[in-house]
Amino acid sequence: MHELSIAASIVDAVTESAAAYPGARVTAVRLRVGALAAVVEDSLQFCWEITTEGTPLTGAKLVVRMMPVVIHCAGCGVDAELEGVQSFRCPRCGELAADLGQGRELEIESIELEEPDGPSEPASERVSGLAG
Amino acid sequence: MTTRIVELRRGILKKNDELAAGLRSRFSAAGVLVLNLVSSPGTGKTTFLEWTLRKLREAGARAAALVGDLETDNDARRLAASGAPVRQINTHGICHLDAEMVGKHLESWGETAGADGMALAALDYLFIENVGNLVCPSSYDLGERIRVALLSVTEGEDKPLKYPTLFNSADTAVITKIDLAEPCAFDRELALRNLNEIRPGIRVFETSAKTGAGMEKWLGYLQAERTQAS
Repeated sequence: MHELSIAASIVDAVTESAAAYPGARVTAVRLRVGALAAVVEDSLQFCWEITTEGTPLTGAKLVVRMMPVVIHCAGCGVDAELEGVQSFRCPRCGELAADLGQGRELEIESIELEEPDGPSEPASERVSGLAG
Repeated sequence: MTTRIVELRRGILKKNDELAAGLRSRFSAAGVLVLNLVSSPGTGKTTFLEWTLRKLREAGARAAALVGDLETDNDARRLAASGAPVRQINTHGICHLDAEMVGKHLESWGETAGADGMALAALDYLFIENVGNLVCPSSYDLGERIRVALLSVTEGEDKPLKYPTLFNSADTAVITKIDLAEPCAFDRELALRNLNEIRPGIRVFETSAKTGAGMEKWLGYLQAERTQAS
């Protein structure tokens, strides 16, 4: 169960990115998770709650978009979406395909912030100053 | 209040991936072939590695191992019997190794030979024996050049179908304990077919560290890969 490590990595990454928007509260975090990313959504949601508790991310929603595997079939020359991860055959011609176009993603797509009125531009200078 | 959406498109394991990329260039610069060995607990990774280290050393190669376990240094002590330098990484509950743990354990090694002989540049091969687990290690790049997934004949032919994520991420597969194939009624053809369904074109070695069957082929593969690496 490495979802706890994954959740902790998300918290770190989001905290870092959100620091560019002082005063803003993170309300949602959107992820893209490939079918081959070895992540179980229920387990990740559970770990997300635990990991964010008592942090500025408390209450932020974790929205997970699961991405199917897409193979590139050398025979057909096309990209094809697979239904599962039990066989890596082209659904059109039945040939095995080793070339994956999608399916391993483990990515933060975007974050949703709620800002006090009169949104400020990213305070990039200030952030790098803090980081240094 | 105003809502703002900030596109990030950022890998969740970006930090690990960056560390792993750094390790990979260090390994490559030092001319050491690094392999990440992954399997379930009980597949025989340690016995297989013990044999490999011993034979490589007999052939005059310099091989070392980093071995990951939740607790105990039993495996490191077993592997050290081969005469190779071995270090244990205890993860204390974490179910996989990550690039940071590997990097930390390499810190004391230096690029040139230290007092304990643990220097990257003084090595031809470095084997990283991951924590016994077929799920979590698949997400964590350790900077290896070759990821080896091992499965034993006692585990059943459908292991690759049950753990597609890991087997799909492997470069090479090793079937262990083939001396037990008959008593286990192991269906070799089915196992090979399953491996190929999950990782089309994967190279497979069928081995027994007990009888030595298939091990020479494995050694030949390592030597060929090592030559390519340097």
